[in-house]
Amino acid sequence: MITSAFEYARPGSVDEAQALLTKFGDDAKVIAGGQSLIPLMRLRLSQPTALIDIQGIGDLKQVRRDNGTVEIGALVRHVDIQRNATLRETLPILVEMANDVGDNQVRNLGTIGGVIAHGDAAGDYNALALMLDAEIVTNKRRHQARDFYRDIFTTVLEHDEVVTAVRFPVSTGRFAYTKFRRRLYDWAIAGVAVQETGSSWRVGYVNLARTPRRGTAVEAALAGGASAADAAAQIGSDIDPTGDVRATAEYKRHLAQVLTQRTLQQATSPA
Amino acid sequence: MAVTTMIGARVQRREDPKLITGHGHYIDDVTLVNMAHMSVVRSPHPHARIKSIDTAAALASKGVVAVLTYKDFKPVILGPIPVTNSFVPDKKQVPEQFPIAADEAVYAGEPVAVIIANDRYLADDAAQLVAVDYEPLPAVMDLEKAMAEGSPLVKSDRPDNIGWDASFPSGDIDAAFAEAEVTVKERIGQQRLFPTAMETRGCVADWVPFDNRVTLWTSTQVPHFIRLFVGGALGVPESQFRVISHDVGGGFGAKLRPYPEEYLATAASKICRRPVKWIEDRTESLQATTHGRGQVFDLEVAAKRDGTLLGLRFTQLLDIGAYHGVFSAFQVVACLLGGGCYDWKAINARSIGVFTNRMSTDPYRGAGRPEATHLVERAVDLVAREIGMDPAEIRRKNFVKTFPHTNNFGLVYDSGDYEKSLDRALENIGYPALRKRQEELRAQGRYMGIGFSTWVEICGLGPSSATAPAAGIALVESSMVRVHPTGSVTVSVGTHSHGQSHETTFAQIVADQLGVPMESVEIRHGDTGDTPFGYGTYGSRSLAVGGMAIVASCHKVVEKARKLAAHAFEASEDDIVVDQGRYFVRGNPAEAKVLAELAFASYGAGLPEGMEQGLEAVSYFDPPNFVWPFGCHICAVEVDPETGAVTIDRYVAVDDCGNVINPMVVDGQLHGGIAQGISQALFEEVQYDDETGQMLTGTLLDYLVPTMAEMPDFELDRTVTPSPTNELGVKGIGEAGTIASSAAVINAITDALAPFGIKHVEMPARPDRLWSMIKEARA
Repeated sequence: MITSAFEYARPGSVDEAQALLTKFGDDAKVIAGGQSLIPLMRLRLSQPTALIDIQGIGDLKQVRRDNGTVEIGALVRHVDIQRNATLRETLPILVEMANDVGDNQVRNLGTIGGVIAHGDAAGDYNALALMLDAEIVTNKRRHQARDFYRDIFTTVLEHDEVVTAVRFPVSTGRFAYTKFRRRLYDWAIAGVAVQETGSSWRVGYVNLARTPRRGTAVEAALAGGASAADAAAQIGSDIDPTGDVRATAEYKRHLAQVLTQRTLQQATSPA
Repeated sequence: MAVTTMIGARVQRREDPKLITGHGHYIDDVTLVNMAHMSVVRSPHPHARIKSIDTAAALASKGVVAVLTYKDFKPVILGPIPVTNSFVPDKKQVPEQFPIAADEAVYAGEPVAVIIANDRYLADDAAQLVAVDYEPLPAVMDLEKAMAEGSPLVKSDRPDNIGWDASFPSGDIDAAFAEAEVTVKERIGQQRLFPTAMETRGCVADWVPFDNRVTLWTSTQVPHFIRLFVGGALGVPESQFRVISHDVGGGFGAKLRPYPEEYLATAASKICRRPVKWIEDRTESLQATTHGRGQVFDLEVAAKRDGTLLGLRFTQLLDIGAYHGVFSAFQVVACLLGGGCYDWKAINARSIGVFTNRMSTDPYRGAGRPEATHLVERAVDLVAREIGMDPAEIRRKNFVKTFPHTNNFGLVYDSGDYEKSLDRALENIGYPALRKRQEELRAQGRYMGIGFSTWVEICGLGPSSATAPAAGIALVESSMVRVHPTGSVTVSVGTHSHGQSHETTFAQIVADQLGVPMESVEIRHGDTGDTPFGYGTYGSRSLAVGGMAIVASCHKVVEKARKLAAHAFEASEDDIVVDQGRYFVRGNPAEAKVLAELAFASYGAGLPEGMEQGLEAVSYFDPPNFVWPFGCHICAVEVDPETGAVTIDRYVAVDDCGNVINPMVVDGQLHGGIAQGISQALFEEVQYDDETGQMLTGTLLDYLVPTMAEMPDFELDRTVTPSPTNELGVKGIGEAGTIASSAAVINAITDALAPFGIKHVEMPARPDRLWSMIKEARA
């Protein structure tokens, strides 16, 4: 539970961070809140030779509304999302997700940029980014979320690429998020997010495949006027869960369907 | 003697201000000049031959003082780790365990080398550089396969994988089954658990060269045991070996044995001539601190249609792990307690201890009694279901009703009133209304269930008349009570407090016995340098045995003080009245001397003829019997049939531990205990890959220790049936909650799922497993 030795640098700008990543090479890692990286380092499952700590970069901490888009800086923490008035108006589902991320300590340190860059299928925001067609902004380019997630813990990010912001479409329709877990601070065994956008529904799946997933088949069924139960039954290849110490794959598939139906019903039932 | 208000008072824990503000003194707080740090290289394989160990790269690593393996320790550690192996009479195999593997590693996590370095980071870096050439051998993981003829062996020098095979017959079991109108059978598992103390293990060993003196700071429940065995194996007499175990962040039974690392750190300190610190990290802890439970029970019950219980037949298969835990065989007590609080004509139990390539199991909160309670409470429910009887009524019908009661195996239940606690619990939960609610919900397709656990347990280890024949040790307890010249009191005890609140409750007892302010009483424990030999704390023994040792010393002090008062007042001893620390001549309470005055006099001149100076006493208490707390827990759950998720709606407990010294402390013990049992019922499970033997739950991410958020509100109440076994009238309560609660939860779940025809649910009742059972039942 003790990390191996590493160099540490705290750049003041994104450019400087990029230069440091180039300098230290492939085994350098960007660190923000460290809520995923530090546990891996303590187990020595990850042994970076250098940590580039971007937490000192002030301009990555903003939340800005820009017409139909809300841009969230990479260093915006879960606790900032919970307390942000703009987000409560423009993207309330994200606030709801933030309320249920980890525990207080995690929410006080973990950042949205870290969740995105880590690309964990269990990271709640990744499914939301995917289902809402968010844009992921880096020091080098803009990625469409749909093209961003490659495989388990793998994104298209290059070694010297730093996530600087995530741009979500303002989404004020009805929504719900269900996170099924055994303990309050756990990741979801299965998570289902639904968001009404205009006249259609978007559906996202947390921790139900190697990458975050969007419920395209379920969305199509809903667009075709299917009931929540009938739409949920279309979950099919939208997800691809694997069994682990928490639950069997068969159960997760069933659970996802049950939660899809319930989450849709929750979103559409009068408050 | 008058009773002060101290006994039964809701006094706040004196320990807390220090501990919760970070001023405790745990092992990692110990820092010595020139201290080196130890990191342990452990076998990643459940079973492997060690072909060679190349330490050169590690030795050349920055800051490394030494890299030590078996061959370095062999000349220094002269004896094996002790095993209390004699709890069971029949076939025994007690392989010796050396603290570090020689040429065959038999569990994942077994030490194979240690690094001594200038700091822990450097030690861990070097540990990665030790190159061990392993030849993996077949891992023995499954109990039944391990027992079979021709099974691969857990260790190649053993004849087979059986540690013990003991039968406990009592009564005519065949006649009981012949008389039966109904029989039920079930297999009931007890999954492996991590004890998960908040403070992991750790030690700092300081072997002073030339002096041949050792101080070992270690996180343990049993400092005197550690001194006896570690000192013994290293050839250092007790007089030169001091074990200090001040604040300990939880034990739960997993810290009541000497561990390999205590030997290794102490030996390394001798070899390297430096103090050596080792702190177990959490990953190590899950591998290398003993596990709990790991058992399977096959049972069969004979009963009559009217609910009369007749006979109980069962076999306990116990996963010993690769080596015996020091007290692993104690868990055979499940056989002797398998009858619970009921009358049986006959019980026939058999226990088979099986070696596997896993970490040893050893006592974990309850140690054998949670297993027994779970077994019998499930058994009674199975019968009730079979004959359509209310689970409360079948219990009431079969309760032991007169005390003292000698159970099927000759153990004597000292006192009890099982119906009273059942009735109180039924009243507290509003039983008839709850049953009505269950019917209404079932009509709506909702699955609510009510589960009972009417428990009794054996604790207060223990009377030497029982423990000496069984285990070869007396398990008495000690105290030294010293009244200083101006009246403050030091009490040194052989028990150890690691969450039990002894500094508070023992001080309450002394304040009551001596009639002094509680604030003037200092309780000392956990340092062999200034406490009398004692057997430590486990088995809910500290109050009923250790508390009584304190009372015995207080009696001696009071008797001497009475003599001093008689001398001062020039009166006869018989005329001295002692009232709450005031000593006066009968009829003249206005002219009294308080204990402090008599203490001051006791150290001075002019004492009675032949009396020595001082006011102190040492006592050892050997209890005449065990003590037998009991109670009734009722749990109400709802199961979501679509997700298999279990919600605990109500948890009512009525417990009886005899007289209560401090109700707040008792409630606290129950809260923690109940939580641990609920946790076994719903959450915790050490999982392994059956093929490779690799542990799958190697972090607290994957091993589900629940939080407060997952716990229901505990609705506690108590009845008070004093124990006739000791003067205080007390019984243990530290393990009771755990002993009771897993059965209450599982019985509630099986009750909830009764409409599906589901009769038994294994622990932990995971949502995916419940869903699978429901799905199968619906098919």
